[in-house]
Formats: sequence, structure tokens, C-alpha cells
Amino acid sequence: MDSDEIRDPYDPNPVPPDLRNNVVLARMEDLVDVIYDWSRARSVWPMFFGLACCAIEMIATGGARYDQSRFGMEIMRPSPRQCDLLIVSGTVTKKMVGPIVRLYNQMAEPKYVLSMGACANGGGPFKEGYNVVDGIDKFIPVDVYVPGCPPTPGVAAWLYHAAQAHRGAVDPYCALVQAHPVGRGAGSRAGSRPHRPAPRAGDPSRGAEGHRSAAGRR
Amino acid sequence: MTETPPAVEKVDPIAEAIDALLEKYPGAVSHDNRQGYEGVVVEASKLVEVATTIRDELGFDYLANACAVDYLDDGYFEMVYNAASIQAGGPPLSFKARTARDEAELPSLVGVWPGADFQEREAWDLMGIRFQGHPNLRRILMWEGFEGHPLRKDWKEPFYEEEAKPFSSRWPDGHQIRSEQKNPYGMNVQYPPGFAFEAYESEADPATYAGMGVTVQQEGLKTGRMIVNMGPHHPSTHGVFRMVLTLDGETIVELQPVMGYLHRNHEKIGERNTYLQNMPYTDRLDYITSMANNLAYAIAVEKLMGVEVPERAELIRVLMAELTRFVNHTWAIGFLLNDLGAFYTPALYVMNERELILDFFEATAGSRMMCNYMRFGGVFADLPERIGGVVHDDHERMRSYETMAFLEELIFERMPRFLDQFTDLLVQNEIVLTRTQGVGILPPDKAIAYSAAGPVLRASGVPYDLRRADPYSIYNEFDFDVAVRYNGDVYDRFLVRFDEMRESIRILQQVYPRLVATEGQPIFGGKRAYQVRVPPGESYGRHENPKGELSFYVVSNGTPNPWRYHIRSTSFINLTGLSEMCRGHKVADVVAILGSIDIILGEVDR
Ligand code: SF4
Repeated sequence: MDSDEIRDPYDPNPVPPDLRNNVVLARMEDLVDVIYDWSRARSVWPMFFGLACCAIEMIATGGARYDQSRFGMEIMRPSPRQCDLLIVSGTVTKKMVGPIVRLYNQMAEPKYVLSMGACANGGGPFKEGYNVVDGIDKFIPVDVYVPGCPPTPGVAAWLYHAAQAHRGAVDPYCALVQAHPVGRGAGSRAGSRPHRPAPRAGDPSRGAEGHRSAAGRR
Repeated sequence: MTETPPAVEKVDPIAEAIDALLEKYPGAVSHDNRQGYEGVVVEASKLVEVATTIRDELGFDYLANACAVDYLDDGYFEMVYNAASIQAGGPPLSFKARTARDEAELPSLVGVWPGADFQEREAWDLMGIRFQGHPNLRRILMWEGFEGHPLRKDWKEPFYEEEAKPFSSRWPDGHQIRSEQKNPYGMNVQYPPGFAFEAYESEADPATYAGMGVTVQQEGLKTGRMIVNMGPHHPSTHGVFRMVLTLDGETIVELQPVMGYLHRNHEKIGERNTYLQNMPYTDRLDYITSMANNLAYAIAVEKLMGVEVPERAELIRVLMAELTRFVNHTWAIGFLLNDLGAFYTPALYVMNERELILDFFEATAGSRMMCNYMRFGGVFADLPERIGGVVHDDHERMRSYETMAFLEELIFERMPRFLDQFTDLLVQNEIVLTRTQGVGILPPDKAIAYSAAGPVLRASGVPYDLRRADPYSIYNEFDFDVAVRYNGDVYDRFLVRFDEMRESIRILQQVYPRLVATEGQPIFGGKRAYQVRVPPGESYGRHENPKGELSFYVVSNGTPNPWRYHIRSTSFINLTGLSEMCRGHKVADVVAILGSIDIILGEVDR
């Protein structure tokens, strides 16, 4: 991590250049947030919830070849109470959208939604159907959209954050945390996400807007 | 344990049966004289009687399919039944009954074939035909209170654009118009303001619960009966499937499957599509066996078109279908064990094998899972020269193989070795034995009555495999046995899949040398075209999918779009026997029983 990332411009004690890559000066609360974000990004627990065809590829990602446990994601729990990532893996029907919203509401904060495949993104091949909902984002806030029908597990499709980390070059955080960092209030998707309480370190008087973590600054 | 079924006789049993029916019921039964149609039309009032005769006297004891067709212009609905003979094999006898479009009503055949239960409910739900005497005639795929019956030809969906594709707005000019812009509401689903998902309870639930035999809570320490919902989100249901159980303590008294959570309106969309446009949709039926689904659809349409498929194309089709069968059965076993508590370990081994076969599919068809590979008259492309390097060009570590060498190693070494290893590890496993033996028994007579198909039927001691009983493609040129087991419990359904995989490998080993010999020969019969010309008529193409009989009933009226496109889905019909299998067992056994039936929700709900 570049020390510039965390250094405060008004800091009276700047880090000498020769120490730049070895020393981190930060407010305690910022640092705790950084560590907190980092560790959470590396232990995302997805929900064991398959909807349709895409679920098969989701399961295949857990197999030996694609091995999602590299990203600390191998623990998939069927209970929404124990998960932080809801993967909407397939066609959402009018009959099923209710249970999905319920599942989402039952998840503990902070929580993320990954919409996997054309169907969950916008109806997909079955969009014209009378029982098919054209996109889950009309009902719950989506953080990451993965295209494909189905997204192959190999093309870093929903092993997205590896790709994200390479492209961003500076930011090692997973796409999920980028999309919605802790305590950042309104989400990135057209303000669809209301402010949500997240466990915060530091001074409680600092509002969500004034909050700056390495991820939040981007 | 395998058994060769009796050979198919040479006389035409269908013509004989029709003659017998005409003689016995003069006036009530008549030939279906429309061009391209087969079978007989039965007077509705005599339907039950005729059906009983067909079952008991003529020997067509297995109801393969029952579906409704809306003949809008002629003003009637037609219910099409296809009954086959388990003993004699051969093609099914098709008989039909008609009813006027308004006040549509027919007698129910559940009393004759309990397997008609779900299919009639589906016909009521989607087509609006009332079945007199049906014990539980409620909607099955849509919810109670849904407006209209969507498969009727005059019913229009919210994103309706035109009767048939290609839509004139998009072809040939290629304009893109989003369906939302055409729909006055912009969306196809809206909830009233203040609608709370948490508080919502389906209108169908009280009716479902009412039939579940719950008595008043008993006094004292005795266990009372209670209703438990499993699903639609439950890790053991392999998708979005719900079971409503009545429990006495931990014992199951009654079970009702509730489905439709993945009803994607395949048939409605399919009737707007052109014939070829439906091919990729069939991939998404049973999404583990997309190649085999393609084949089933191709068979049905080819039967109408009457095209010849060249030998090499047939060989490739068999190759793909059998590889798919292997993938499906390993997957089914892996996930059955997953349900039994061997969480993910066997499944991981299965996935390793699956990846290799999927590599081959990807190199050939261009996609891992949704292959969209078969065409009417052949296959889309010949086998590629190399595998691996082509697909994963930028992956340095990925080596590329010559296809035939890859296949040879796969078929002759890797797959048999994996199967032996899997058998050694699992078949005599103590936990598997105690959890599965004697659980979920389906006796042979019930299996036939419930129209069970595939491994579920064959594990009950009925050696009925369409590859032998009603051969399609070039299966009659191969030497293989029909796998059969006799106890009908979960363990036998588990074992019969091992047997079938062995037979699949046997077939593949016969396919391979012929593939080598036919290298360079044509893979397509007839002319390639975007729009195929299908003569008017009906066709019921039967096909043995890994999970059982997956067949398509297609009605053509000569236009580029099918008039009726019905899927006889195995997973759906196999569930008819579920409550029978589960009654008297414990809750934990339901999971094993459901796993052993091996359903895929894409095919159940379509
Ligand atoms: S996006 Fe494609 S693969 Fe995924 S659920 Fe939809 S149809 Fe199936």
C-alpha cells in the first residue's frame, strides 16, 4: 500500500521519502477500517443458494479447477444469517422474487449482492416470459453484475476481484467492498441503497460522510 | 446386473391396437385423419373406458405423456395422450380427446394412470382444461389467483410484441427496441404500494395445508402432527423446490411438492420462436445435460421434416449424449452423497471429471454448459482438431491436446478408472448402505403407474430404456445392456446409475473407432438454413435422457414457428411418486429420496 493513500495532507509529520514504503502513518480508526475491510474482503461467505442454470457454474467454481477457496470464499452457508454475499444465480421468477427479497432481508449487515448471469441482470433469454422478472436489481440493491449465460467460472467472471485488483493496480480490495465500503452510506447504484449501520471503529461523532478509509476515498 | 429386454416384434402393434379400439367402440373412437397426425380421437364421455381398455387389454400400460393443445381456429382444445407398452416396447399409441374452448372440461385419467396427476394439473394451470374427478385440481406452476391460462393462444404476456418471431421491428433492419418501452407499465411485474414481502403469504398455502391431514394438537407428551415447509430455499432440494410435509414426530405422514419457482415459460416463448431458435432454449431445460436435450428436440423436429442424418453426425450425437449421461450420473451420485452428509468431497471428485468433458464440449460447441450443438439434420460443427489451446489461448499453463487422442484417453482410460475408483469408495460404504437401503421403495407396478422414467423406473426392476425399447438415432447398432436393479430403494437407484455409466462407457468405446473411421465425412444432411421448413403435422420424438424420457411433442401448421411445443419433462413427472416414496420415512430420508430421483428444477418447472 502506498503511504500516500493514508497520509493526511495536513499531517504535520510527513513520512520522509526514504521511509515511504516501509512506514504507515494513519489515524487509528482509519487503520482499523482498512484492516477490517481487507479481512472482510478476503473471507466473503456466499450463500449456498442456487436458482437456475447459473448455479451449476457457481458450484463448479467451488471445484478444484477454479477453486474459489483461494479467495476465502469456500464456506458457503445455506442460512442467510451466516452469509455476507447473496449470489443471485439464475432466472428470477415472479413466484420466487418474494423469497429472495426475504432472504436478503434476513442477511446480517454488511451484505452484498452479486447478480450472476444474464437472467438476474436483466431477464436474459427468458425475459419475454410472463413469469420472469426482468432483473433482480428492481427489488434488491445489486453490487456486482456478472455478464454471461452462464458466466464461465474461468473467465474471472465472478472470481471478479482478482481481475479488479489487477486493473485498479492500487486497490487490493475486492470489488464488493469498493462498491460499498463500510459505513459509506448511499450506495454506488443510483442511491438505491439506504444508509446502513455497519460496525465502525473510532469516533462515533464522525458521520458516515466524513468517514475516510482507503477504500472509501476512491 | 443387467438384462436384455424382449425383442421388438415385427407386426405393427399400433395399427392392431387401433383396429381393436375401432371395433370395440364404434362411434366413440375414430381415426385422426388430419394430415400428418397419428392415432385415434376418443369421445370425451368414453375417455376413461377407452383408456382402461388401452391399459388392460391392449397392453399399453405406461402413460408416457399427456399434454394439451389449443386449436384456436377450430375452436377446441385437444388433450393428447401417448401410452406405451413396457413389455413389448415400440412406439407409443397416441389417443386424443377434444373439448370446446369455453367451458373446457374432460374426465380425469388419474384413476387409470396416477402418472397423469401432475400433467393434468399442468394442463389446467396453463391451458385451463378442467378435469372432472381429479383429486387435487389446483394450479401447479403458477400461483393460485393468477389471471388466465397462459398457454392459450389468445393469452398475451406483458411483454407481448407479436405472435411470432422474428419480430418485424427487428428483422431484417435490426432495430433494437426494449420490451419495457413497448409495455405501458414499463415492467412486467408491479407490486401495490406498501407491499411487504415479509408479511405476504401465498393464497395457495391454506389450501395446500388443508389437504395435509393435520389433527388437533394432542394433550400431554405425545407428539402432535405439524406441517413443515422445506424450501424453496433449501440446500437439499437442488434448486428452488418446495416440499410441504406433515410430520408425526419425525415421521412423514404426507408430502406435497410445490413447484413453479423456476417456471420460465419455456413453452410460451418456444411457440413464438422459430424452430431453430428453440434449440438454445432446450439447453436450459436440464442444464446438466444440454447436449442430450438438443438431441431430443432435434429428433422430434427431424421426425416431422423427414431429413436424413449422416452417419458421422449420428456418431457424434451418440458420443455427446453418452458423455452427457456420464456427467449427469456422476453429478447425481456426487450430490446424492452431498445430501447424505458427505459434504462436497465426492462432488469435488465428480467436478474434476466433469471439467474434462466440458472442455471437450467447449472446444466442439463453443460453450461449456449451454452447448446448442445439434441441428435438424446433423450437428453444428465437426470435432475440432485440438482441444485446450484453442479455447484457453492466453492461459500459458494450459496445454492443448489433439482431440482424438484426448477422447481416446478419456474413454478408454480416464473414465473407466474414475468409475472403478468411485465404485470402490462408495458402493460398499457403510454409511451409504445404512442410509439408503430399504429407504424410499417404489415397487415396479407403482413405478409404471406413476409414469416414472429413467433410472427411477429401472431401479424398480423394469428394464425399460428407450434406447432399446423404442430405438432412435443409431443406438440399435451398438452392443449394450439395459441396466436394471430390483429393489426400487434409494440404494438401487444409486447403483443403477453406476451400471448405466458402465454401459455408457461401453457404447463410447464402440463409437470411438467408428469416429476415427468416418473422419472427414459430412456432418450435416440436407441444406443449412436459418429457417427450416417443417411440414404440417404432429410429432412425438422420444429420447432417453440421462434422467429418463425427455421428449418433445411438436405440432406444426406449416409456418416457421411451432404451433405447439410441449416438453415431456422427466424430472417433473418423476416427482409424482415422491410422496408415495417418502411416506413413513423420517425427515432426513426425504433428502436422500429426492437426491436419488435426481431432479433439475429447470426441467421440472420449465
Ligand atoms: S443467465 Fe443463462 S445460464 Fe444463467 S440462469 Fe439465465 S438462462 Fe440460465
